[in-house]
Amino acid sequence: MIAIQVNGTSRQIDIEPDTPLLWVLRDIVGLTGTKFGCGIAQCGACTVHVDGKPLRSCSVPIGGLDGAKITTIEGLTPDNSHPVQRAWIAEDVPQCGYCQSGQIMAVVALLKNVPDPTDADIDADITNICRCGTYERLRRAIHRAAELMRAKG
Amino acid sequence: MDATKVTSVVNRRNFIFTAATAVGGFAIGIGIAPRDAHSATVPAQPWNDDHAYDPNEIDAWISIDPDDSILIRYQRSEMGQGSMTALPMLIAEELHCDWSKVRIEFASSNRNVRENGVYGDMRSNGSRSVRESLSKMQQVGASARERLIAAAAVRWRVQASECTAAQSVVTHASSGRSLRFGELAAAAAKTTLAAEPPIKRPDQFTFIPRPLPRVDVVHKTDGSAKFGIDAQVAGMVYAAIAACPVPGGRLKSVDESVLAGATGIVRVVKLGSAVAVVATGTFWRAKRALSRLQPEWEVGEAGKVDSEQLSQAYRAALDEPMLTARNDGNVDQAMASATKKFEAIYETPYLSHSPMEPMNATVDLQPDRLDVWVGTQAADMALDVAARVSDLKPEQVYIHNAFLGGGFGRRDSSDEIAQAIEIAKVVKRPVKLIWTREEDIRQDKFRPHAMVAFKAAVGSDGMPTAWSMRVVTSSIFKSYGIPFPADQVEPVAVIGLTDNPYDVPNTRVEALIKDTHVPVWFWRAPGANQHVFALESFLDEMASASGIDPYRIRRRLLEGKPDWLKVLDTAAEKSGWGTPLPKGSGRGIAICAFADSLCAEVAEVGVNPDGQLKVNRVTVALDTRQMVNPLTVAEQAEGAVIFGLSAALYGKITIKNGAVVQGNFDTYRMVRLADAPRIDVHLVPSGGAVWGGAGEPATALIAAAVANAIFAATGRRLRSLPISDHDLSAA
Repeated sequence: MIAIQVNGTSRQIDIEPDTPLLWVLRDIVGLTGTKFGCGIAQCGACTVHVDGKPLRSCSVPIGGLDGAKITTIEGLTPDNSHPVQRAWIAEDVPQCGYCQSGQIMAVVALLKNVPDPTDADIDADITNICRCGTYERLRRAIHRAAELMRAKG
Repeated sequence: MDATKVTSVVNRRNFIFTAATAVGGFAIGIGIAPRDAHSATVPAQPWNDDHAYDPNEIDAWISIDPDDSILIRYQRSEMGQGSMTALPMLIAEELHCDWSKVRIEFASSNRNVRENGVYGDMRSNGSRSVRESLSKMQQVGASARERLIAAAAVRWRVQASECTAAQSVVTHASSGRSLRFGELAAAAAKTTLAAEPPIKRPDQFTFIPRPLPRVDVVHKTDGSAKFGIDAQVAGMVYAAIAACPVPGGRLKSVDESVLAGATGIVRVVKLGSAVAVVATGTFWRAKRALSRLQPEWEVGEAGKVDSEQLSQAYRAALDEPMLTARNDGNVDQAMASATKKFEAIYETPYLSHSPMEPMNATVDLQPDRLDVWVGTQAADMALDVAARVSDLKPEQVYIHNAFLGGGFGRRDSSDEIAQAIEIAKVVKRPVKLIWTREEDIRQDKFRPHAMVAFKAAVGSDGMPTAWSMRVVTSSIFKSYGIPFPADQVEPVAVIGLTDNPYDVPNTRVEALIKDTHVPVWFWRAPGANQHVFALESFLDEMASASGIDPYRIRRRLLEGKPDWLKVLDTAAEKSGWGTPLPKGSGRGIAICAFADSLCAEVAEVGVNPDGQLKVNRVTVALDTRQMVNPLTVAEQAEGAVIFGLSAALYGKITIKNGAVVQGNFDTYRMVRLADAPRIDVHLVPSGGAVWGGAGEPATALIAAAVANAIFAATGRRLRSLPISDHDLSAA
C-alpha cells in the first residue's frame, strides 16, 4: 500500500509498484486531465507536480512516491483563476488542447522559480511538445502570466 | 481586461487583419475573464447522449428553453480547428440571437441515421467544415428566426413582415411589443413556413466575421475537456495492442504462457493481424504484459523491403510511361528549341500523423446496442464501421464523439474502433483500447513517399517558358477506398503542381501511381504538403541561375492576378524582404493554393558555420476569401506553420525489413518551443462567393520557404526532406 496525497486528498494506492504515476492518476484516482502522450518522458503531456517539482508522470513509478504530495491540473485552482490559466484563456492558446495540461503545469513550476523569465529561460525549460503548434501564443501567454503574477504581488 | 472588446467589429471587406502583434496578444483584443460572460459555452464533456425528445426543439439543430438559453448542435468534429465555434456563429448570424445564451453540443450520429441523414456529412477533413456547411448553417438559423417571428406575429395578430428579431427578442416596432425567444420557442416548434427564407450574402452579415475565443478553450486549461481517451465506463477493462510491424502481415502465433501469474490479466486476444492483451485496473498492466509477448508474424515478401529499395524503385519509375494530369501548350516543342534548360529530382518521405492523443476507442457492446466513445473526424463513417464490425443495425450504434487530441487526417479511418469492438466481442465487457505511441506511429497510414522529376526551359530574360513535372507516388484514394478511374490521375497525387498559378505557357504534369505495402492516407494539405516543396524549390533554382530575385520571379509569373499579388506582396513587405541580414542568414519565399485559399510565406533562417539551423521568423499572408472567425483562422495558420516545420526539419518514416523504424518522439522528432520561429500572420481576405479553407494551406509551403532561405544563407540547394538529413556546415 502506497500513501500519497493528490490535490490535498490522502489516497492509499494498492497497485504494482512499477505502475507509473500517470496510470495511477488516470485509471485509479480517476483524474483524466493528465494525459498520456509518449510513455517515455519525451512529450510532457503527463506533467504533474510531485512535492512541488514538475515531473513527467508516465516515467515515475508509484513505488517510489510513498508520502509524496501530488498536484495535477485539476488541483491547480477550482475556477481557472491561476494566472497561467487566465493568460492561456486570454491568448486563446489551446487548439486540440491535449498537451495543454502538461504545458500549464510545466509553466506554473517555471514561474515559481523564475518569476520573470526571458525567452531563453522559456526555451530551456519548457520542452513539452505541442503537435498543433501553439508555441507563438504559448510563449506570449507565459510572459502575460508572469505579468499577472507580478501585478498580484 | 475588458470583456466587451470581443464584440469589436472588424471592417469586413478589403482589410488586412494583423493577427499577431509584438506584445499584448491579438490586435483587436480578446481580453477575457476566466469564463467570458459574453461567450457561448460547450460542456466539458461534449458528446450527445441521445436524451429523449426535447419539446422545445425548433428542429434537429436548435432547441430554445423558456429561460432563453439556446442549444445548438454541431455535426462535425473539434480538434482545435475551431469549427465547433464557427458553425454555431453562422447559425447565430441568421438567428439574430444572443451569443452569450448559446450552448453547443455534438449532434448525434445515431439520430442522423434515424432521421434520414438530417445532419448530412458529419466529417471534419479537407478544410471543409465551414466551407461545406455554410449555406446549410445559414438556412438553419434563418428558418428558426422566421418561425420565431411567425409565432410572435400570430400571437399579436399582426403580419410577420412587421416584426423583427434581434438579440433573442422579437419586436413589433409599431405597437412597441416584444417577446423573448424563450417565450416563443414552443409555438415556433409547431410553426411551419410556406417557403424557406432567403439567406444573407456576405455583405449583409452583421455578426461575422468576428474574432471570438473558441468555446472549448476554457475546458482545455483546467483538465476538464473530455477526449476519447478519457471515457470512463462502469466495469471497463483496458486493452493494449500490437499489430504486425510489417503492414499487411498476419499473426502466426504467440506464446501466452509468459504471462502466467501476471496481475490483472483478463486474457490475450488474437486478431488476424494483431495481438491484444486485456487487463483490469490500469492500462499499464495491459501494456506491460503486451511488451512481454513475442508474437510471430507472417510477413511475406514485404518483410524484405527497405526504404533504400523503395527510393530506387521510384527513381527508376520516373522514366516509365505516365498519365497526364495537365498539359498546356507544347512542352516538348518549347524544350527542343530552348537554349537554357534545367533538370532536378525532388524526393519527400513517408510521414506519420502523430496526433498528441494516441489512437484509442472505448466500447460497450451489448446484444442489441453498441456505445463507442472516441474522438473521430468522421462520426458518420465511424458509425457505419461500428455497425458492420458488430453486426448490429446502424440505428443500434451510438458514437459519442469527444474532443480530438489532434487529427491531421488520421482520425477518420475507424481502424481503432473496429479493433476495440473485436476485442469486446471476445471479453464481453466494456473495453478501453489505447495504442501506445509506438503503435500510433508504426500503425499509421502515412503521408506518401513521392518523387518529382522537373525539366524546364527559360527564355533569354531568364523566365521559364516551359516546364514538365513527372510524379511517382502511391495512391491515397486506393488506400482510403475512394473509387477512381484507372486511366486518370487521382488529383491528390498531383495537388500543388497541377494547380500552380504561374503563367508558364507550356506546362505539363504527369503521374504514375506505384503502390507499396506501406498504407498511405490524407495528411494535412495532402499532395501540396510535398509537391509545393518540390515546385517552389525548383522555381527558386531557376531564379537564382538567372539572377532574378525569388520574389520578383514569382511576381512576374503572377502578373494580372491581383489576389495572388496581394498575398505575395503582403508576405514580402511584412517580412522586410530585401532588407539586409547578417552573414549566415537568409530569407526564402514560397506560395501555394490549397482548399480555395491562397497563401504566401517568407522564412528567415540563420545557419552557423557548424551547420546548425535556426528558423527565426515566418511571415504568413493568407487569403481565405471570407472568414467566420479571424482569430481561429490566424491560429490555424500559426499551427499549420509549426506542423509543416516539424515535417520539413525532422519528419521521416523509414522502412527496414518491411517495418517502420521510428517509434516515438525520440526518433520521430517534433518542433518544440525552442525551435519555434516567431510567426506573424496577415489575413488578407479578397472576398467573393467561394470560401477558402483555413486549416491546411499554411502547412504546405513552409518546407519550401525554409529550404529557399537555407539556399539564400548558404548556397546549398536541398532537393529532399527532411532538412536534418543534410549537412549544412561550411565546407
